[in-house]
Amino acid sequence: MTPVATPFFFYFLSALAIISGVLVITRRNAVHSALALIVTLLAVSGLYLMLYAPFVAGVQIIVYAGGIMVLFLFVIMLVNLERTVKEHQFNRIWPAGVLAAAALLGLFVSVYVKGKTLFPEGDIPLPEASNTQQIAVMLYGNYMFAFEIASLLLLVAILGAVIMAKKRI
Amino acid sequence: MSYLGSQLSPGVAGNQLWALIYILLIFAGVSVAVIAMNWLERKALAHFQVRLGPMRVGPHGLLQPFADALKLLLKEDIIPAEADQVVFWIAPLIGLLAAFTVYTVVPFGPSQAVSDMNIGILFMLGVSSLGVLGIVTAGWASNSHYPLIGALRSSAQMVSYEVAMGLAVVSAILMTSLNQSGTGTLSMIGIVQAQQEQHVWFVFKFFPLGLIAFVIFAIAMVAETNRAPFDLAEAESELTAGFHTEYSGLRWSLFMLAEYAAMIAVSSIAVTLWLGGWMHPFPNLLNGPAWEFIFSLFPALTFGGLAAVAFLGVARMPSHSFFRIQRIGLAVFAALLGLLALLLLVTAIAGRNADGSIAARFREGIDYVYWFVLKVAVFMYLFIWYRATWPRYRFDQLMKVGWKVMLPISLGVLIVTAVVGVIVK
Repeated sequence: MTPVATPFFFYFLSALAIISGVLVITRRNAVHSALALIVTLLAVSGLYLMLYAPFVAGVQIIVYAGGIMVLFLFVIMLVNLERTVKEHQFNRIWPAGVLAAAALLGLFVSVYVKGKTLFPEGDIPLPEASNTQQIAVMLYGNYMFAFEIASLLLLVAILGAVIMAKKRI
Repeated sequence: MSYLGSQLSPGVAGNQLWALIYILLIFAGVSVAVIAMNWLERKALAHFQVRLGPMRVGPHGLLQPFADALKLLLKEDIIPAEADQVVFWIAPLIGLLAAFTVYTVVPFGPSQAVSDMNIGILFMLGVSSLGVLGIVTAGWASNSHYPLIGALRSSAQMVSYEVAMGLAVVSAILMTSLNQSGTGTLSMIGIVQAQQEQHVWFVFKFFPLGLIAFVIFAIAMVAETNRAPFDLAEAESELTAGFHTEYSGLRWSLFMLAEYAAMIAVSSIAVTLWLGGWMHPFPNLLNGPAWEFIFSLFPALTFGGLAAVAFLGVARMPSHSFFRIQRIGLAVFAALLGLLALLLLVTAIAGRNADGSIAARFREGIDYVYWFVLKVAVFMYLFIWYRATWPRYRFDQLMKVGWKVMLPISLGVLIVTAVVGVIVK
């Protein structure tokens, strides 16, 4: 199978993710932010596809773009937007945010510069055709215990949400 | 041209040209199906209610969809003054994009698909669940009460029914892993091939487990596509027209197109997962060259039957000069159908030997697509039938059914399927 991972797709998806990511924080209207976030998530799932991780890409679309974002929009629509539009968009600790972003940028640059020594050389096997199966083997074999603990944690969270929301059980 | 001899779908073979041709074919096919469905729905609903339905435009209203399309194109396209212009503009496109993107992986045959992905079914479920975003944003952007309530209902409904739907799908995927190697598959083509290998449609596997999962999916998919009796998002007696109240003209028609395309898409998921995809009935019992030939006559017979019905219509038309043009039009339509039947008959006879020649491959392809589309068409008719038969749910009943009936049953079916699968191995 010929790889589709051409540089064009990479730069296109990255630009899409970054631009819509910036839009998420600069749009005053919360629904516009949410829509931009959906575009970001879809672009990131495209990047996963380019990394030959189709399962992660599919789950990204189902869970984040399809499930969580619908709930986000659901909640945002119930909130009175007119007040939020008038409020300050950025609070006073933005220098700290800039500092953190600069640190992250420095990390990226150093990884980019020293990339050759950090990562193993040579062709990496691309398990595109058996990606899902390998994830299953990992989750239900090597990391079975952690996986079950995580699902238990989610169950507790669901029960907690129900108890907090419901007056009479 | 070298692609014609290959046994792979163009996406897997990396053939961009044929992928594009397939995409255009599917796009045209789905659009024609939506037009036909539009006519059939009005006609069938009318006959269910002892009415005639559209009769004026063309013989038996056959040209009604085109008249409708022309009207919608020419109508004034209103954007409400207080609406969010950009989101209002994008919303129908989101729905349309989501509805048509899923056709990338729909397996019309073992190689008659645009592409085959390792995550085919996940891709279909994920992208088709994006369709709700179109509805939600449309409802919000209209900046009006009825659309907003419709959008809220729709998003709550989608999220609820997606859970039961997903669990039903998982129980079918579990069944694909009952082979020598013990690994299942998520690929749409792989799922049908698993049914072929196990000599059973998954709807009959571990009776009645497969059947229950299939029924749950069949109910959830009606809810997912916002069709009656789950069409709370556009309940006209309560919300005027629900989420598309403020839409008119072309934009409104895009919503309708997306809705019908999504209906076809979810029906093809059901056909792929439980009803054996492209396989003809009883493939393990009625095989061999003779049966193959008989089954390959079905497409020609179908179109021949349709042509006969149309000719009957010509004969039964009143012999008044007022009906002359209609009579000629229907006769031409019938002749076209007959010609198509003849062409299919010629293909069936020319490719009757499964010797791998181009004619045989072509005949096989037509068979696969025919059986797949026939099964989907049954579902499309069921959608109309549901709409004519059942009254709309109340919203709290809808939620109760989704969470307290469908979810526990599908969870139970999933667990029992897993246990039985382990025992059988």
